Amino acid sequence: MENKADTGKILAVITTKRDCVAGGAPIFVADTKEEFVRKTFVLEKILDGMAHEIDPDIMIIVRHS
Amino acid sequence: MDWHVYNSAVIIGVLIGFLTRLRLLEIDYRQYPTYPHGYLSHLALGMIASALGAVAVPALLKKDYTAVTFLALAAQQFRDVRNMERETLAKLDEMELVPRGASYIEGIAKVFESRNYLVIFSAFMTSLSVVLTKTWWVGAVVGGVLILGAGLLMSGQVIKDIANVYEGKLTFEGPNLYVDDIYLMNIGLEDNQKRILQHGIGLIIEPNSPAAVVTISNIGQRQAILHDVSAILGVYRDTGEPALVPIAKRDLNDGRLGLVLLPQEKNVGRAIQVVNFVPVLESAVRRPSQFSVRDTEGKRGQA
Repeated sequence: MENKADTGKILAVITTKRDCVAGGAPIFVADTKEEFVRKTFVLEKILDGMAHEIDPDIMIIVRHS
Repeated sequence: MDWHVYNSAVIIGVLIGFLTRLRLLEIDYRQYPTYPHGYLSHLALGMIASALGAVAVPALLKKDYTAVTFLALAAQQFRDVRNMERETLAKLDEMELVPRGASYIEGIAKVFESRNYLVIFSAFMTSLSVVLTKTWWVGAVVGGVLILGAGLLMSGQVIKDIANVYEGKLTFEGPNLYVDDIYLMNIGLEDNQKRILQHGIGLIIEPNSPAAVVTISNIGQRQAILHDVSAILGVYRDTGEPALVPIAKRDLNDGRLGLVLLPQEKNVGRAIQVVNFVPVLESAVRRPSQFSVRDTEGKRGQA
């Protein structure tokens, strides 16, 4: 919609396992499962991207359109 | 002034042409054109088109052959109609929660253009029949037939003609959403998963011929289906809720299409009905069955 350049990119990574992720996208580390879900929820709304579960400890936010 | 047969030919021709345009200009469920100004501009152009068609006959009979060049001018004019429609719809599309998609817009724009040609044709035929028979009411009868015929000519195929639509069950396997056995998408948040199960409708579109498989797989066609359903049944969606998006994915093995729809009112029967009557986009139609192996062998032999 407003920013086509971001389409299909990982906008953020949320994890409870700090060691499992690295790279260019902003990484948000959560200590508990509740915090993990809450952070994902908030980031999904703010970034207007979809939250996808890679595995139970890692979520990524991706904008598709 | 003497009343010449040409006068009645032109008057009846223009009238019939205009009525044809009026007949083809219906407000329908696709929500277009619902804009009063859109109406006016199309009726005005329809008027011009019918005048062109009606005047062409007397002009040609008077051996004024240059009049034909006016028809070329008209063709140019109506191509602009297509551009105008395309631009308007593309602009509006940016502000839709579930956009129409480029193919659907192209299809609509093309229809608007060709309707004008149809108007020219019916005005021309009416005018011709009046001139040939020298009686005005023959023109009226021919015109009436043409108006009825125009409606039939401009109504194309719908999904119902090429596929079978039925309900599928939405299920989650972990974060993955399925409708029956067709994978749709990965939904990370449990909150969204619950909302999709609560408000979503799963549908399966099963094509009934190899050609239909290709048509239904067209991305523009899929977007048209999603848009039409959203336009009629509403959407359970907003900006900032990217997970709640209606989506269509195909089963690669047999070409069935799996849909998850998020309508404002959860009414499966109605949703099926709506999908059934989504127009088949011209740009999505392929005819693989018309490819004959024997033909190509013949050509290869000649080469």
